[in-house]
Amino acid sequence: MSSIKVELKQCEIEKIKEICQSFNNDPGELINVLHKAQGHFGYLPAEVQEQIADELKIPVAKVYGVVTFYSFFTMLPKGQHPISICTGTACYVRGAEKVLDEFRRILKIKVGDTTPDGKFSLSCLRCVGACGLAPVVMVGEKVYGRVSPDGVKDILGEYSK
Amino acid sequence: MHILVCGGTGCKSSLSDSIVENLRAELEHHNLEDEVQVIMTGCFGFCEQGPIVKMMPDNTFYVKVQPNDARELIKEHIVKGRKVTRLLYENPVSKESVPDSKHMGFYRKQIRVALRNCGFINPENIEEYIARDGYSAIAKVLGEMTPQQAIDIIKKSGLRGRGGGGFPTGLKWEITSKNQADQKYVVCNADEGDPGAFMDRSVLEGDPHSVVEAMAICGYCIGATKGLVYIRAEYPLAIERLKIAIEQARNYGLLGESILGTNFSFDISLRYGAGAFVCGEETALIHSMEGKRGEPTVKPPFPAESGYLGKPTVVNNVETYANVPVIFNKGAEWFASIGTEKSKGTKVFALAGKINNVGLIEVPMGTSLREVIFEIGGGIKNNKKFKAVQTGGPSGGCLTEKHLSTPIDYDNLIASGSMMGSGGMIVMDEDDCMVSVARYYLDFTVDESCGKCSPCRIGNMRLKEILDKIIVGNGTMEDIDRLRNLSAVIKDSSLCGLGQTAPNPVLSTLDNFMDEYIAHVKDKKCPAGRCKSLMKYEVIPENCVGCTACARNCPVNAISGERKQTHFIDTQICIKCGACIERCKFNAIVIN
Repeated sequence: MSSIKVELKQCEIEKIKEICQSFNNDPGELINVLHKAQGHFGYLPAEVQEQIADELKIPVAKVYGVVTFYSFFTMLPKGQHPISICTGTACYVRGAEKVLDEFRRILKIKVGDTTPDGKFSLSCLRCVGACGLAPVVMVGEKVYGRVSPDGVKDILGEYSK
Repeated sequence: MHILVCGGTGCKSSLSDSIVENLRAELEHHNLEDEVQVIMTGCFGFCEQGPIVKMMPDNTFYVKVQPNDARELIKEHIVKGRKVTRLLYENPVSKESVPDSKHMGFYRKQIRVALRNCGFINPENIEEYIARDGYSAIAKVLGEMTPQQAIDIIKKSGLRGRGGGGFPTGLKWEITSKNQADQKYVVCNADEGDPGAFMDRSVLEGDPHSVVEAMAICGYCIGATKGLVYIRAEYPLAIERLKIAIEQARNYGLLGESILGTNFSFDISLRYGAGAFVCGEETALIHSMEGKRGEPTVKPPFPAESGYLGKPTVVNNVETYANVPVIFNKGAEWFASIGTEKSKGTKVFALAGKINNVGLIEVPMGTSLREVIFEIGGGIKNNKKFKAVQTGGPSGGCLTEKHLSTPIDYDNLIASGSMMGSGGMIVMDEDDCMVSVARYYLDFTVDESCGKCSPCRIGNMRLKEILDKIIVGNGTMEDIDRLRNLSAVIKDSSLCGLGQTAPNPVLSTLDNFMDEYIAHVKDKKCPAGRCKSLMKYEVIPENCVGCTACARNCPVNAISGERKQTHFIDTQICIKCGACIERCKFNAIVIN
């Protein structure tokens, strides 16, 4: 997994220390620490992982192993408006693939990538539990239900201003 | 009077928060805010018709309510006492309005045990749970029973694990209680990862206290003082409501030190999942809770001997726990009277896919698939033909027309080549290609395989590659044999449940839809018209009037032809997007 080189500022290092301390620097709480760190930084670059490994006194490889194991954690920053297309079974049989194709076509990016202007990123997720509204698309926290390929343009339009 | 507004994820996505806000504002406008209470409840189950608003005590059930309907609802229903007919559910056959849920096909055959409080109470208020017999089960257990007596009641009820495996719950508790240790743990598996299944989430969102109460009962039975809920981080609303429930239970002395004045202490904390399907497997789940990669380990030792931090641990799923308090309140005999000989009680299913009534249902074990799909589910969308129903998620299989009369229970589903799983039920119609469906599920398992054992990591990848080959029209009959052989090897040699069941969608589609596989391989055709590579768009010369609509809308200029002349599609350039078919008003374009 590729990552972007970043240099952590002193205040950011302090923040990581604070997060780790709130879990008593317990290595058993690694996943909760990572959740909090990603909530703060938006993603988990290698430098943040190194700092966490230092604080919890565990090898970086272990942190990296956990980060790459779980799909919720990302080492790449997401767009300003992260778009997630539900590809759960209910959405799949109701045409989620066509909706995904349309997003890919209009934004000209692959799943997992961010547009060059940093505005949108595209990802797939498995089931948000709103199967009655399938196919479902999430932009940030907002859920759009019964999305058709024709509706994709309108959704993007809401955020393009 | 009460107005209940559905606060499940589906309805919240359709702005039920604004509905509550507007209803409250309208009540204030009529100075009725002290007489009428607006309550946001858990999921009513009928997600297809959401957002749902229910008026109590007269039980009027309004569907597809929009925030700006609030004014009319208050003015007509509350102030003038007249039903707002346009917002009532319409019987799809007779076209008559149905004012209350009891008379809807969707609810008539359901019995709500695990979902008893969902849609009735405010999940963020412990007193509403208590008013419906909440926490009376734990009072009874702590006050009148020894741990073994309580375990015997669960054993007698015949309750089996609702997460998929169907292991007898009472037995699991008994084994764990007999293992000696200084600390034991009660774990609730709320890592619902099956795509298209949202049973556990609805219980946690609609009735979190039932899980809290049951975990405490389990703690008393096995001798544990600590409970952990492993919950998906993708379920923010469920997390929020569970946190509130735990806090309230502590304040009421129902969690913490000396519960209800006895010397039994128990408390619950949360652990978050981070998106790994394999963590539904109990040993993987335990590793994940310990902050490690969620990789499974060989059983034995079972968690009952050596689980979280090496201590004896009970892992049960949310729905299993939700059944526990009722068993103590209404008795093991009552629970055992529902269901079939070996599968007692009810099961919650998330009904989704090409079905009219998408939603969350709870039926007695032994209900037939036909009743579920055609009576409760209201049949197939757009009057299409039923083709298959997929149960058990990526570990399950597809059941067809010939299985429709099968009574649903653990053993019958396995005998039919599928499994109960956690309760996802995805209905498919004639437009769904079963080879693609099998590939879809493999895509999922390949993605979610943890990679620890090679049969699952490599074998499933190979299965997927063979299916890819068949889907693009390069498959051979030998490939079909290869699918079967490889599936058998993966099932026999994988380490955990994920790998052992991953080939099931392939095997069950091979068993039931061999003709579709053969059509892809021999005739290079997809009978359902789903597989793009096997499609060819053609113009029917007799129907084409030369209106140029198709040519103008083709994104890749693959269509040529003069005005008022028959058009022609160049299949070399065509990307099979379907834009031409959508635009053609003369049915002059077909897919071959």
